[in-house]
Amino acid sequence: MGKRSNEPLVWSLFSSGGVIAAFMIPILLFLFGLAFPLGWIEAPGYEQIMTLVRHPLTRLVLFGLCSLPLFHWAHRFRFTLYDGLQIKHLNELITVFCYGGAVVGTLLAGYILWNIP
Amino acid sequence: MKETHNYTLYHPKWYRERVSTYWWARQWSYFRFILRELSSIFVAYFVVLILFLLHALSQGPESYAAIQEWLRTPFAITLNFISLLFTLFHTITWFNLTPRAMPVRIGGKRLPDWMIAAPNYVAWVVISAIVAWFVIGG
Repeated sequence: MGKRSNEPLVWSLFSSGGVIAAFMIPILLFLFGLAFPLGWIEAPGYEQIMTLVRHPLTRLVLFGLCSLPLFHWAHRFRFTLYDGLQIKHLNELITVFCYGGAVVGTLLAGYILWNIP
Repeated sequence: MKETHNYTLYHPKWYRERVSTYWWARQWSYFRFILRELSSIFVAYFVVLILFLLHALSQGPESYAAIQEWLRTPFAITLNFISLLFTLFHTITWFNLTPRAMPVRIGGKRLPDWMIAAPNYVAWVVISAIVAWFVIGG
């Protein structure tokens, strides 16, 4: 009779986002955030990187890489505010902000990836 | 017949000690927990950065050059360096949690934690190499 909980769905998004973030973010952040700008490794040219990004499989990976980690963030950040800073009176607002943000980010990622020429 | 009794619902009140908002600052292990949770902010930042990069790419070579220019600023370098530290912290804590999330038993004996965590690190090295190969040379 009780309301069905969303927790299993939200938690599986959280954990799959955690997995993809753990495996893929450090190397990409290292390359694009440090190695390329500081000239440690030569940055790929525009056409070269576009060839990679245009491939449907790359787009699919990039979509997963954008969407799932956002749900990971939403879940963790929500409970950091709840337990860490004990902001409990704004619980509903925070929930909407976090998961809403992840949904908006997912739509934006889909839009951008779909429209890559 | 008239109701004469007013029943009040049983309403328990627990004794709860007030916990300071800064409870996590008192002990290193609590602080580490909060750092781990805060790593999620840098995960979200990374997604925003990737979205900006992809958007710039879809706009053409000039936009891509402009964002590369921004990535070379000291502010961006510092931000990305800090983000890298936090996301590495996420990776390591995440891998080390797998033995807790799925303990493996063989012949009634629990496998040692490192044997469950280790394959993650191997896979991480392999995936990182593949990603780097595709980005740099592919």
